Order: sequence, then structure tokens, then C-alpha cells
Amino acid sequence: MAPTPNSFRTGPDERGHFGVFGGRFVAETLMPLILDLEKAYNEAKTDPQFQGELSYLLSHYAGRPSPLYFAERLTRRLGGAKVYLKRDELNHTGSHKINNVLGQVLLAKRMGKTRVIAETGAGQHGVATATACALFDIPCVVFMGSVDVDRQSPNVFRMKMLGAEVRPVTAGAATLKDAMNEALRDWVATCENTFYCIGTVAGPHPYPAMVRDFQCVIGNEVRKQMMEAEGRLPDTLVACIGGGSNAMGLFHPFLDDAGVRIVGVEAAGKGIETGEHAASLTGGRPGVLHGNRTYLLQDKEGQITEAHSISAGLDYPGIGPEHSWLKERGRVEYVSATDDEALEAFQLLCKLEGIIPALESSHALAHVTKLAPTLPKDNLLVMNLSGRGDKDVPQVAARLGVKIGS
Amino acid sequence: MSRITKRFAQLKADKRAGLVAYIAAGDPDPALSYQILKGLPAAGADLIELGMPFTDPMADGPSVQHAGQRALKAGITVDITFDMVRRFRKETGDGDTPILLMGYYNLVSQRGVERFCKDAAAAGVDGLILVDLPPEEADELKPHALAAGIETVLLAAPTTDEKRLPAVLKYVSGFLYFVSVLGTTGTKSASEEAVRTHVERIKRHTALPVVVGFGIKTPDQAAAVARHADAAAIGSAIVDRVKAGLDDKGKPKPDLVPGVLAYVKALADGVRGVRKV
Repeated sequence: MAPTPNSFRTGPDERGHFGVFGGRFVAETLMPLILDLEKAYNEAKTDPQFQGELSYLLSHYAGRPSPLYFAERLTRRLGGAKVYLKRDELNHTGSHKINNVLGQVLLAKRMGKTRVIAETGAGQHGVATATACALFDIPCVVFMGSVDVDRQSPNVFRMKMLGAEVRPVTAGAATLKDAMNEALRDWVATCENTFYCIGTVAGPHPYPAMVRDFQCVIGNEVRKQMMEAEGRLPDTLVACIGGGSNAMGLFHPFLDDAGVRIVGVEAAGKGIETGEHAASLTGGRPGVLHGNRTYLLQDKEGQITEAHSISAGLDYPGIGPEHSWLKERGRVEYVSATDDEALEAFQLLCKLEGIIPALESSHALAHVTKLAPTLPKDNLLVMNLSGRGDKDVPQVAARLGVKIGS
Repeated sequence: MSRITKRFAQLKADKRAGLVAYIAAGDPDPALSYQILKGLPAAGADLIELGMPFTDPMADGPSVQHAGQRALKAGITVDITFDMVRRFRKETGDGDTPILLMGYYNLVSQRGVERFCKDAAAAGVDGLILVDLPPEEADELKPHALAAGIETVLLAAPTTDEKRLPAVLKYVSGFLYFVSVLGTTGTKSASEEAVRTHVERIKRHTALPVVVGFGIKTPDQAAAVARHADAAAIGSAIVDRVKAGLDDKGKPKPDLVPGVLAYVKALADGVRGVRKV
């Protein structure tokens, strides 16, 4: 399939490729399964009953649409662009992850699957999956790196209360990448009855496109809400990127609006120059991992290197393949923010707007604090506030040297 | 005729199935790993799979994961792996035992597929088994492998149905590797009946040899597979013997290499005990 000229929104092709990125690099055992999934998803996509059920759940269960909030005090402080926050942290379960999970779990049910597995980093996708599985009465197993189990303990308990089994993964660096390896290993052994609910726009085709489609509700709402608020489209979009699902959900509906500047913010950890970061696009190069070709952090040989970020949700050495393609096409700018910058932004939003942002979203905010002052006052900037920061409170307290609890 | 094709023709003439022995290159260190490699043909391995350790071996169970981690820690690289094969061909004078590299596609793609195939062929490698390169993506590899004279062994699984099998076979040369269970390496084992049914099913589609692997741990299980398949592939049980040859500090004990090779011999005896008609 030749992509329609002048459109950034027609991918992937029928083999799941965005340019040279994406694809289906999985073990043969899984190949028939992901072909089935693709077929089932394509049918569901055009089935009014499926879409009706999903849209009912999104509004009555998850609480959509989420508000587009004009952050007046933040705007005044930054002294430039008019900053709007897309309040996806107000969704049920506290992040954008529920948008995708409701879609996938509905699909799992439709396909007759009787068990759901998921990987999680910060625990937000795990909590969302555990939630949807509780709602639909489907057994759920969440794989989580043991390092993340420690640094995101509130979410671990939340998943357990929701009836999910949390399996700590000790292999490798015991973070998100290792959780994904373990989920894939489980899936190979259980594929006959199990649905793998991937949390981001990565993995083998059709996951990157499917997760994107489910997350596009974010950008579609922003289009409508900004028209209502300002009578025109936004000028600038900013979102944080680990795997890149909240960013893709905001960006994709605007990719063909040439006047909209789009910026993705990766996690620079201790600084790109230190090598201890999670910025695959800035500091990596294309390779093949977890079912797709995309930018990866890797050594000369192709061994995957460990990502580093204060934010468990961004601590991943890869990125969704469509982001890799958008980078190469130059449609989206990709920048990065360090741990320290994110921590500072985290505190700023608490104080100025009374909102505790997730450490993931704080990376986007850190870039907004740099970018907004350079833009004119009539520049409409939308930042995706993809998650709330309650889960991060213990970790932030520890970083700030504050003892809580006792 | 390639080494792989010749070897299976010989096995057929000898009226027996073969043993495909897997070790991870560089496990527990490059020097000892080479000693094991050198000893495999005499211990009864008919074909050798040399694993290329990867940081994220998604299709492998704990045994092969740990073997790869030991090797990576000991500094294994693709170049050292090629050197091992080159030395094997030169020092042992063994020009008959096929050696296949088994692993994940990223290591091949980072070297450049064309260069990888050329370098592998020059070192004396006969084939590649890349677990995360299904037929849907095999177009990237096939022309370069063909040009370099490297066989491309693809995998079929219990989930690969009649409709899909021809698509897999289109890219296969040398032999077809049948993954006998749903799962990672070295975990579950298939029943003899399941192996028989699947091999018969596959043989209806191809004249290529069918090698069965995953979950074969004992000489008896190897014999059971040998009754139906053209060869039994065994990995986890062998690399577990490498682990057993390490002391609790991870240092190799003096009997590590003989211990591994004795086990390979026991597996080979199991396979060779089965007469084929």
C-alpha cells in the first residue's frame, strides 16, 4: 500500500510497517495469534455495537471526556504561551491507560479469551488492566519488574485489591523491559486462552496501531474542546514519551494539521551525556525488540542497554515504532527532560495549580516550562497531563529527603 | 550439497535419527565453551546449534536465559562466536558437522544482514535459526542468506496450522524446526503421541527433514522423539550441565567439560538406540 501523499495518518501498511519501522518480529508460536487478533480488531473497529459499548464505558465508567483546563496561574508564571492541560489524570484509575485497556479487554471478551496478562512499569497500565478485568470478571496477571514493585508500592497493592495477581520479575534490570519479556514468555505458553493487553503503542502489529486508535480519544476531544474554548485549533502540543501511548493519542488526530507544532518529551534521566537515560530517539538507534523495529538503546553489537529514569513509566529502552517514523519524517520534534527537571516541574504544578502530576507527565511539564516562555501570548499550547502523581508521593518524598508515615 | 543436507542424507542411510545439540556460545566463558564445542561431535552430536546470547531472550526459559547471561558476563560477542566456529573447522578438521547459529534477529540486523551472512559463511557456519524472524519478516534475510550459502531454518509451532505451514515452508531450507510445545525453551515437554501427530502432519507438506525441539530433557525423551522426527534438538538440559559444572561462586569445576560431554553422549545413545525403517 502506498501511503496517501501528504498524510501522516494512513499508517501502518498491511504488514504493520510505518516506513521501515514496526512489523511483526515474534516467535512463530505467537504469529497465528497476532494474525487472529488483527482480524478480530479490524472487525470490532467497524462494528457499531463494539464502538457503542466502548464509548459507553469511556463516558460512564472512565469519566470521559476529560476536561481541557486553562492553567491560568501556570501561564502567568511562564509568561508566554497560553497553557492548557488535558486532564487525563482525572480518568478513573488516574491515567490515560484506561482508554486503551477498556478497548482491549472488550476485545478479549469478544474473542472469547478467558485470561488477561499485562506488563507494567509505573503500575498505571497494570492498575487499569486489573480494573477492567475486575469489571468483566476475567482473571488477570500483571508482570512487573521487581525494582518497580518497590518504587511503586501503592499501585502494587491497588492491583492486588482489584483481584489481579502481580508477578515480580527479577530478570535483567527488573524494570519494564524485563516485565515485557516475561509477559511474552507467559503468552507463548498460554496463548490458547490468554489475551495479552499491551500498555503502549509498541509490540508487534497490530498493537501499535490498535493502542493508538484507542488513545486517539484524547486528541479528538482536544480538537473539539479547543474549538469550543478558543474557536480554533491549538498551536502547540506537548506530551511525555516512554513507549509513547499518551503522546500518540494526543498527536495523531493533529498530524495532518500543518500549523500544529508537536513536541514529544523523552526521559533524559541523569542527563543524555551520562548515558543513564531512557531517551531512545535522542540517544538510541533503530533495532528489533519486543516484536517491532524501532529506536532502541543498545550497544554496538545490538545488545539492549538499560534505561534509566526517575519515572518507572518512562524507564524503557524502546519507543513505539510510529514515533520512530514521525521522527525520521520530521513531523514531530523529540526532546528530553532530566529527572531533576521533572522533579522541579512536579512541585511547580502542585503549588501553582493544586494538581499533583505523575512523574511521567512531569517530564512534559518540564519542557513546557522551557518552551512556553519563548512563545507569544496568543500561542495555544496543550500539554497532556497523562497521569496523577499520588503513586509517586513516597518516591518524591524520598528524593526530597522527607520522611513520611511514621 | 550443503553440509546440513548431506548430514541428513547420511542419517537416513544409517537408518537413525540425529541429535542436534545446543550450547550457548561463551558459556560459561569463551575458552571452556570452545572446549565443549570441540568435543560435541565425538560425544555424538550430529548437528550443532551455537546460541548467540542476547540480553532479551523472549522465547527462552530460565536455563537458556541463564546460560546467555553467563556468556554475556564473560564477554561473548558475535565476533568471538564466529572465531569459535572458524577455529573449530580449522583445528578439528571437521568439515562435516553442520553448525547453525541460533538467536534473535537484532544481533544480525545490527551487524547488517548481508555482512552477517557473509561473515558467518566465511567462518564455517551453515545455517541460521532466528526465533523472532517469522516468515512475515523473513524477506529481509532470505536473499542475503541465499547469496552467502547460509541455510535459513524457520520454526513451526503447534499453532502453525495447515493453512499457514506453506507460508513458513516457503522460506525454509536445510530443515524445519518444530517447536513441540506451547512455551519457552526447556519448560514443558510434549507427549510422544503429540510429537508423532505433528511430525506426520508436517511431513505431508514437505520433504525436508523435521527436527523437533523444546522440552526434551532425558535420553528416554530423546529416544521417543527420535522414533518420529529426523532429529531431536536439545538445549536447556545441556546448558543445565554447564551450570552444574560451576561451583557456588560461579567458578568452573575441573570436570565441567567432561560432565557436559558425558551428558551429550547419554542423549546421543538414547537417539542412536532407535532404529528407523
